[in-house]
Parts: sequence; C-alpha cells; structure tokens
Amino acid sequence: MPLSSKHIMTMDDLNAEDIALILDTAESFSEVNQRRIKKLPTLRGRTIVNLFFEPSTRTRMSFEIASKRLSADGVNFTASSSATVKGETLRDTAKTLAAMACDMVIVRHKYAGAPQMLAEVMDCPIVNGGDGVHQHPTQALLDLYTMRQSFGKLEGLRVGIVGDICHSRVAGSLVPALNKVGATPIIIGPPTLMPARSDILGAEVAYDLDEVLPTLDVTYLLRVQFERAARMPFPSNREYAMLYGMNPARLAAMPSHGIVMHPGPMNRGVEISADVADSPRSMILDQVESGVAVRMAIMYLMLGGADSGAAA
Amino acid sequence: MALLLKGGRVVDAAAELDAVLDVLVEDGVITGVGEELEAPGAEVIDCAEKVILPGLADIHVHLREPGQEYKETVASGTRAAAHGGFTAIACMPNTKPVCDSGSKVRFIVERAAAEGAVRVYPIGAITAGQAGEQLAEIGDMVAEGAVAFSDDGHGVQSAGMTRVAMDYIKRFGAPLIAHCEDESLAGDGVVNEGVVSTRMGLPGIPAAAEETMVARDIALAELTGCRLHLAHLSTARSLELVREAKARGLAVTCEVTPHHLFLDEDDLASYDTKLKMNPPLRTAADREALVAGLLDGTVDCIATDHAPHAVHEKELEFELAPNGTTGLETALSLVNTHLVATGMLEWSAVTRVMCHNPRSAANLPEMRLEAGFPADITIVDPEARVEVSAEWFVSKSRNSAFLGQSLLGRASDVLVGGVWVVRKGKVVG
Repeated sequence: MPLSSKHIMTMDDLNAEDIALILDTAESFSEVNQRRIKKLPTLRGRTIVNLFFEPSTRTRMSFEIASKRLSADGVNFTASSSATVKGETLRDTAKTLAAMACDMVIVRHKYAGAPQMLAEVMDCPIVNGGDGVHQHPTQALLDLYTMRQSFGKLEGLRVGIVGDICHSRVAGSLVPALNKVGATPIIIGPPTLMPARSDILGAEVAYDLDEVLPTLDVTYLLRVQFERAARMPFPSNREYAMLYGMNPARLAAMPSHGIVMHPGPMNRGVEISADVADSPRSMILDQVESGVAVRMAIMYLMLGGADSGAAA
Repeated sequence: MALLLKGGRVVDAAAELDAVLDVLVEDGVITGVGEELEAPGAEVIDCAEKVILPGLADIHVHLREPGQEYKETVASGTRAAAHGGFTAIACMPNTKPVCDSGSKVRFIVERAAAEGAVRVYPIGAITAGQAGEQLAEIGDMVAEGAVAFSDDGHGVQSAGMTRVAMDYIKRFGAPLIAHCEDESLAGDGVVNEGVVSTRMGLPGIPAAAEETMVARDIALAELTGCRLHLAHLSTARSLELVREAKARGLAVTCEVTPHHLFLDEDDLASYDTKLKMNPPLRTAADREALVAGLLDGTVDCIATDHAPHAVHEKELEFELAPNGTTGLETALSLVNTHLVATGMLEWSAVTRVMCHNPRSAANLPEMRLEAGFPADITIVDPEARVEVSAEWFVSKSRNSAFLGQSLLGRASDVLVGGVWVVRKGKVVG
C-alpha cells in the first residue's frame, strides 16, 4: 500500500492511514537497527540527495544513515560546499539536480516554501527536512513513533508543547500530526513566543505551564531560537527557566507515567535542567533512535520499496 | 490637425458630463464638446459603444530609471501606462540613485520629454537618499518640476524628522506622500500577520504597523498644516482614521491599489511571489472595507503602485523575493470588471478616483473634457475581453498579481496632447 501523497512537504500531505503505515513500517526497521549488520538491499541503485541549506547535524545524519541502511546511494549537498555560495538560485539548483536524475530529495532550508519550489521544478518525491519556521514533518512522525512506543497508543494522549512556538517548525508539524492521530496538543509559552493566530492551529493554548502540567502525558520542550527573534522575547534566561523550564519539581508535578521529549539541540539550564534531560523519563535519545527507523520507513514507502518485497 | 471623436459616451465628473456627445480636438486642444458637432476636414473617429474619459492619471508608479533599467525605463513604463489608459503618471523617487535633488528631477523630466509616451511628473524624495535623516533639496526639486515628496519604499521612521519635513514642504504647497509602515513593527514580515502568516510559517506584518503611522502622520499634518497624501492604504482601520481626519477638515487624501481592492490574503494559497507586496494583501474584511471606502468617497484615488521586477528576481524563495506587482496595464480593466460592470461604480465616479482626485492630490494639472483643456483623452471599450497573459504586457516586467485572469474592458484609444499614443488597443510609436 503506497502513501497517498507523492511528497511529504507538510503534515497536510499525510492522512491518518499514511501515518499509521509509516509508524508500523518503522517498527520493522527498528528491529533491523538492533542487528549487528544493519543493512538491507531494498533501495540499491536509488539515489537520495540530502539538500541542506541550513546547518544541521542530527537531521542530516539521520537521513544519511537511513539511506545507507537501505543501500541507497546518499549524496550530501550542503550550502557551504555548493553552488549557492556562487549566487545560484534554489530553482537553478533544483533544475541541476533534476538533470542528474536523482530519485528523492530531502531538503532543509532557511525559508518557508522551499520544498514547494523544488516540487515545481523536479519530478522526484520531495521530503521536507525543515523549512524556515513552517514545518518539519519527519520530526513530527518520529515524535509520534516515540510516543507510541512509550504508551502503546496515540489516541487520547495530552501533549504539552512548551516554549518558542512561533519560531518552531517542529511545533508547526507536531500540532497537526497530533490532531490527525486523535491526541490533544496544548501549546504553552509566553505570548511573545506564540504565533499571531495561535487560535487557528487546533491546539489548546496556555500561558501557565504549572497549571497544565498535572494533565500532561508528554511534556515536549522546545529550544528558544534567539537567532530568529527580532528582540529578546522575555527578560532573561533565568526568568524563562523559572516560568517554563523543565526541572525535577515540574517533572514531579506530571502524572507518574508522564514523559519528557525534546527535538534537540537542547539548551541545558534554560528550557530543561540537566537532571531531567538525563532522567529515565526523558525520551530524548529514544527520539533520535526513532528518527532513523521512521526515515527508513519514509524512504522505503515513498520509493516503492514495498514492491521489491525486501522489507525486513 | 483636427480630430472629431464621434458619438461616444462622454463622461467627466468635473465637467458634469455623462451623455452621448462628440468631442472636437484641434491642434492638441479640446475645442468643443457637444451634440452633432461639425468639423469639415477633421478626421472622424467613430466612438459608438465607447466611453470617453478625461485622461486618467496614476500617481504611484515606479519607473526604475535610473539604475534598474532591466526592470523598467521611462520609455517602457510610459508605454505601459498608455496601454493601461493613463495619460499622466507620477513616478516615485526610489531609483538608484534616489531622486533627491534638482538635477535628478531634471533627468526624469528630460527623459520623459525625449522618450515618454505619456506625461511624467516626478515625485522627489523627502530626505536625502531616502535615509530618513536629513531633508533633501526640496526647493531645488520644486524648481525642476517635482510635484510632491515621498520616501515611498519605506516611510520616514522618525516622527521628528517627518515633522520637520512637513513644516518645510508646506511652504511649497506640495503634498507629502506618506508610506505608512513602522519598521520596528513590520520587522522581517512578508505577509499580513494573522491566519496566513501562521499557517504558512511566514513572518507577518501586523495591520498596526500601518495604522500607527497613519495616525501619527495625520496628527503631524494637523500640527504643521502640511498637505498629506497617504499612499497604498491596506487596512480597514487606516480608512477609519482617514474618515475621521476628513470629518475634522484636515487636508488629508489617500489612495488604494487595485491589488488591495481585488485580492486578499486568502488568495495566497501557495508561496506565489507574484502576490508578495508591501503593504501585504490583508484580510477579506480589510478588502471589503477598502471597496466600501472607495464607494463612499473616503478613498480619493486608485493608484497602482506599479512595481516592475524581473522574472529571475521574483522566482526566489518567498522571503527573499522583492515586493510588488505591476499595475498600470490592468487597473482600468480591473475597475471595470469588478466595479463598473457590476453596477457598483459609475464611470463618472471612475473619473473622480482615476483622474480628478489623483491629479489634485499629487499637484498634477487639472484635466477636463471641456473646450480649452489639452486633449488628454482615454477612450474605453467596456466590452473588450482582456486575457492577462505575459504577452499582454508592454511593460518590461510581467510580475502581475493578476496574471492568468480574464478581465472585461480596456483602453482602446488614448490621446496625449491630441496625439495618439494608443490606437485600437495597440501602443503607437
């Protein structure tokens, strides 16, 4: 069964069945990732381009490892080593890649809408690896996977997303993703870090973390992206940690089954204290591990790997 | 040389005309408007089924010359203006270099005299280099033919600087044309702040970035007594502020663009940079308020903010692409399609908002369909179909927000000083 959309540019491209299929497929790849020889021949001869116009460590490596484990030929294109420094437009870069007949492009870009621009020029499937402050759908999928592993289900979970909502493409994808699977997103942060119309996102909105903590199954912390803010959105890191930082006292205020997540990279001491980050209730490294399996599933499903009958 | 425009519907609010009449033009001047005029030897132009208007004026045009001739020139921009039915335009000073001295105004005037298809009236910069810090040589520019002053492109941020400019400019009787945008609020915004900015992950420009500046500039106009013209207003609240200022008798006028009248943020479903402009397309409610303001007279003028850009510039990421849409060649057709053909606006009112009010707001010479006035005349075929394709444009640029639309009505023939610049829909010369 293929996915309903050729591309994964936003969560709008996926319906609930697509999401379930990706998560189920990822489970079988998780098993592969536990083996000593972590490699399948599924996508042999296929070329997957990692087109990264923004610095990224974990996302780029995660896609790269995923493609290698499926025996695809992964090619990395990063802005610093590319034609872009010579002033080439994104459209021309896309045309150039199209001429090289690659089978899939993963794109990470500083500006919203870059994946759509590639899709206008290229015929192959496009996966959004994060565009501006817009969306980061594969992150949302690996987060769903991690939550499902922890709770055995997604429906009915209450997930508090805390912090820099307005600059977060992770929140931009996670909120609609949670809605699609029947979970309840709650966005929490100071009004200075909320999008202009937080009311249209389909999430509950809260300014007081401590009020909602006892109701949360998952507390999902976001890094404050100071580099994207025009001016300091709160008085000090100290006050931010006081109002929104996850610490042992706040962890204790969550239900005992509650977990803590973070897409990374973390600012220890700001949105999360070191002891919470390293606690058994922190799923942060599980998220990273899930990322490889989920991205393998996405590549496998989007490149028609199911037809080759070589799934794990 | 004599021309007899025969049997057209002659409409002019200032001359209080709306009837099927003849117009006689001799030696570039209108010498008669009346029934069944006789003029032996005159060339007779059959204007049956046509609407004859006094020459339309667009007081917000970016001609891009000097400095960005690959986007537009005085020659190409004035031909685009003629194609759209305009016989006069006022051009903004944000060229490279900025038009902020008498010699630079003279350059435009001389260029227009040599190569222009329609009349061109330069608008000078308020501040040197449009840097917002020091007055430009206003008096020198007035002496060379500048009609108004503006730092359009970005407003004068300092209230103190604006106050000095208004105090100084009022001595010349010229209006200050304000681009109302508080940059500390607009930030890196590229679309209206609200539903669309949230959904598309694009930085937003709040309506308040415009409205606070409109309120400020109205207060400063009252303080100084300077004439104030507010460019490209885009929000309902801005119009409320204008309505109140007018009720109090202040010398405040304003314009709206066709794209803010006929498009809104809901049209921005994809990252289509043709719809990226400043001010951004606002909400449907704002758009409806602008139309209502046009119909009730709060909005004085339609001005296009014609902003040509090359294809390669607009084909960038949305946040990197330059602001603006071309407007000269679609404005009249849009107004006919959406307002006149629908019965919302009379042709007489069109002459107010596209001829008389813009001319008085920006200090352009008055133009009427009356004996003694220059023969600057726009003849409209209200039934002609216009398919807005790339080939439609005479402008060097094709970055039109209305590309692909099918519109009703266009300027079929245009006279400037009794000389054809458009004949049967084609630009002449």
